[in-house]
Amino acid sequence: MTAPLVVPGSADPATTPATLRAIPHRGGPLNPSAERIKTRFPDAFVRAEVIWGETNVYLRPDAVRDVVQYLHDDDAERYDYLSDVTAVEYRDLELPLQVVWHLRSLPYRRFLRIKAELPKGTPLKVPSVMPIYSGADWLERECYDMFGIVFEGHSDLRRILMWEQYAEGYPLRKDFPLRGRFSRSEQLRQALAAQPESRYSMTELTIADAFEDLPLEMRQRLAGGEKTGE
Amino acid sequence: MADKRTVEVSLSTSGLDAQGRPQRTPLVVDDGGRVTTLEAPPAMEPELEGEHMLINIGPQHPATHGVLRLVLELDGETVVRCIPHVGYLHCGFEKIGEYRQYNQIIPWTDREDYLNSPGNNVAFALGAERLFGVEITPRCTVLRVITCELSRIMSHLVWLGTTCIDIGAFTPFLWSFQERERIYTLLEQWCGARLTTSLTRVGGMLADIPDGWMDGLNDFIRTFPKTIAEVDRMVTRNGIWVGRTIGIGAMSGPDAVNAGLSGPMVRASGVAYDVRKDFPYLDYETYDFDVPIGTSGDVYDRFLVRMEEMRQSVRILEQASARLPDGPVNIDDPRLILPPKSKATSEMESMIHHFKQVMEGPRPPIGECYVAVESPKGEKGYYFVSDGTPKPVRWRIRPPSYVNLSAIPRMVEGHLLSDVIAINASIDIVMGEIDR
Repeated sequence: MTAPLVVPGSADPATTPATLRAIPHRGGPLNPSAERIKTRFPDAFVRAEVIWGETNVYLRPDAVRDVVQYLHDDDAERYDYLSDVTAVEYRDLELPLQVVWHLRSLPYRRFLRIKAELPKGTPLKVPSVMPIYSGADWLERECYDMFGIVFEGHSDLRRILMWEQYAEGYPLRKDFPLRGRFSRSEQLRQALAAQPESRYSMTELTIADAFEDLPLEMRQRLAGGEKTGE
Repeated sequence: MADKRTVEVSLSTSGLDAQGRPQRTPLVVDDGGRVTTLEAPPAMEPELEGEHMLINIGPQHPATHGVLRLVLELDGETVVRCIPHVGYLHCGFEKIGEYRQYNQIIPWTDREDYLNSPGNNVAFALGAERLFGVEITPRCTVLRVITCELSRIMSHLVWLGTTCIDIGAFTPFLWSFQERERIYTLLEQWCGARLTTSLTRVGGMLADIPDGWMDGLNDFIRTFPKTIAEVDRMVTRNGIWVGRTIGIGAMSGPDAVNAGLSGPMVRASGVAYDVRKDFPYLDYETYDFDVPIGTSGDVYDRFLVRMEEMRQSVRILEQASARLPDGPVNIDDPRLILPPKSKATSEMESMIHHFKQVMEGPRPPIGECYVAVESPKGEKGYYFVSDGTPKPVRWRIRPPSYVNLSAIPRMVEGHLLSDVIAINASIDIVMGEIDR
């Protein structure tokens, strides 16, 4: 029998929280972390609000990484669990696009929502939190795939649910039609031509000299920047 | 029962070396089925230089549990690198949700994690009710607990059966699918569907349980633990099973938390994070149940954790069955709940409510909420943003299998090709949920 691992995530089992009831629409107790972010990062802090019992902290986009690093490392915060990274675009196209991080502090049983607003017309860039949470990898890739938001500092930011050659844009943006941008016949043609099993990315073709085994003519085409499998 | 059953089974090796890397411990199984580890690893094979090989598993491969594609770089039979590809089932659930009223989205939740449809329905309804600011009735709360735990057992049974097949045991598959069929029969009696249940509505349930349904449930609760015990006796100390699972795909607790793993995956690594205990919903704090945790986070511990979770679900079902109160299932709010058909065709006000609900849909106030439940796979969250119209601005699914699967490169690297199948099975992925 091995000694139990010392795990940073586990909360105190002696205290049992209860199911939330009669949550007010707005107002209610603010997550104490919001006040501490305000005093420590006065430049980054934009505003905080409580909606349905959950605290939203709005931050300047370029400061998100530093604040999340503080939330992850500080002993009074210990937000060690990243639940989700996503984005919201409103139907009112004047409103800024929002990037949303859902953080959990497992030891203190707290939940915090961080938001950064990206006004329309500005480059959609936010810092990546992947160096802090390895679980952010696929979540940020999905957000990039669906909204076109670039996470600076992500080591491998490429499409994940759509295929790499997907040319119709970013599906969850409000200016993207529900049926897609291309006609049904064009979408069908592209889907039939995809042949996923016979396609490898250039990274994968560097494995095991697989690239060297390809015919010379194909190697030249790939080296010229052509995508595989088309 | 404070001590965890996982701890009682003293077979688990550490699975990790001093640096926290997965360890391949040679195992010896003696005649009594006891497993010991050798003191020192046997002399290694001579170092052979060879070319690395590129191998493609999937997307159409039975052991990938759906349309998952793994591109592996192999050195001999050892995995050097793993590049997963997902997205073959992507059909834009979140986009479609932005064009649907809240009650119209519920059938879509059936189809993401299709082994846990009733649980998804409950999670969605809880999130939408938070957004509408309504409280469900006591009877509905208990019925939803029963629904959630039945669907947890259902999902774990599919996991158990398919994983046993992957690792070479066929019989538990038949046993677990027989038991699963009994739950599907119960669900069919309740709502008419087996897989795509759409069991909840915002503010209540599709329908109250039919007469005599609780007898069927109690019958299931009484006899199901016997099947678990049989599988337990057949598999848990089986030499082949133990040899193929112990020390495979280990994740340490801090790594698992950092990677965002949830559910049995993170609990097998020793982190007692269970949404039902830490962020309770549906009065789960009033039920007496234990959260099993593992020690080494390998495939074997994940198996033990899921087996124990099924037993704990039966405990919760017993308590819920005993306390089910009488009373209405749906809340009394004509904005959200459709009037009975007889009234809708005979009373003016009911007809107006019916018309407004069907044609326009109920409008939540402007706001947003994130509601997470403990699905069989882990923390399943629904994030809603409303701008006051009957359709959500954003409906986001936080898919536990997606985040759990993203850690697969770290789990398989350094293991053998055959272990990739065991590790992939232990994550319990559902591609419908990953690709959405």
